[in-house]
Amino acid sequence: MASTLTDGQLVARCRAGDESAWHELVERFSRYVYAIATQAFRLPEADAEDVFQEVFARAYQHLDKLRDDSAVRPWLAQLTRRLCIDRLRASARERPAAEEELFLTEADDTVAMLDEALTLHEALAAAPGHCREILDRFFARDESYKTIGEALDLPAGTIASRISRCLARLRSFLEGRSDGSEPSGVR
Amino acid sequence: MTAYDEERLAKLIRSLPPAPAGWVRAAQELPFARREIDEIVARAEADAAFRERLIADLEGALAAEGYERDRAVIAALRARLTSA
Repeated sequence: MASTLTDGQLVARCRAGDESAWHELVERFSRYVYAIATQAFRLPEADAEDVFQEVFARAYQHLDKLRDDSAVRPWLAQLTRRLCIDRLRASARERPAAEEELFLTEADDTVAMLDEALTLHEALAAAPGHCREILDRFFARDESYKTIGEALDLPAGTIASRISRCLARLRSFLEGRSDGSEPSGVR
Repeated sequence: MTAYDEERLAKLIRSLPPAPAGWVRAAQELPFARREIDEIVARAEADAAFRERLIADLEGALAAEGYERDRAVIAALRARLTSA
């Protein structure tokens, strides 16, 4: 389960050789790296897997070079972006310059959206009750009401109304925060 | 982040599906693969021909030497060899 460590604290523990911290760092950012590769840069699965592994391999290797521990998230995003571009340029999917520029602009817009999505994902940890689990299972994991009901021991007929209530609660929670710029990992 | 409606919240949550579990596990196990990675890098530093083979065809060279072709290990080796 996710801890209450900030990104900076997590990076510091990884650097000190704490393997459970490394586990958590990969868990915390795996969706983000995966989404950048597959959604922003639209890499096929095999290429996305290579990029995914290389991002974490480089992160593991170069964590000590990170100047600001709390900046691990933009650092990983930039690393993923660069490796995706390298992969596209090395492949037959290379585009004419103008087309590539447009593609990169769109990819960067998608990365910005994913950045917001990750902040929201982290905020979900503070959402009340089963909300995090229900919303994540329904929207991100694409599970049916029946599957969610069975997993959480809730009547399947109540899942739709719970989703709606959870979205409303999440919305008021987010709008009630002073701002949305808390570092990731603050729960 | 400002101005949420439920449709936007749903879109944002939907945009971050879990990465395949096997990928995540492989990346998490990198510290445990470290000994093997260190051994291969040390060998590459001591043996120029082996290093050249690794750089030319990392996966092929590892297979030829009997190492398991684990994607996370290959990615870690690529990172080490290109930064060396």
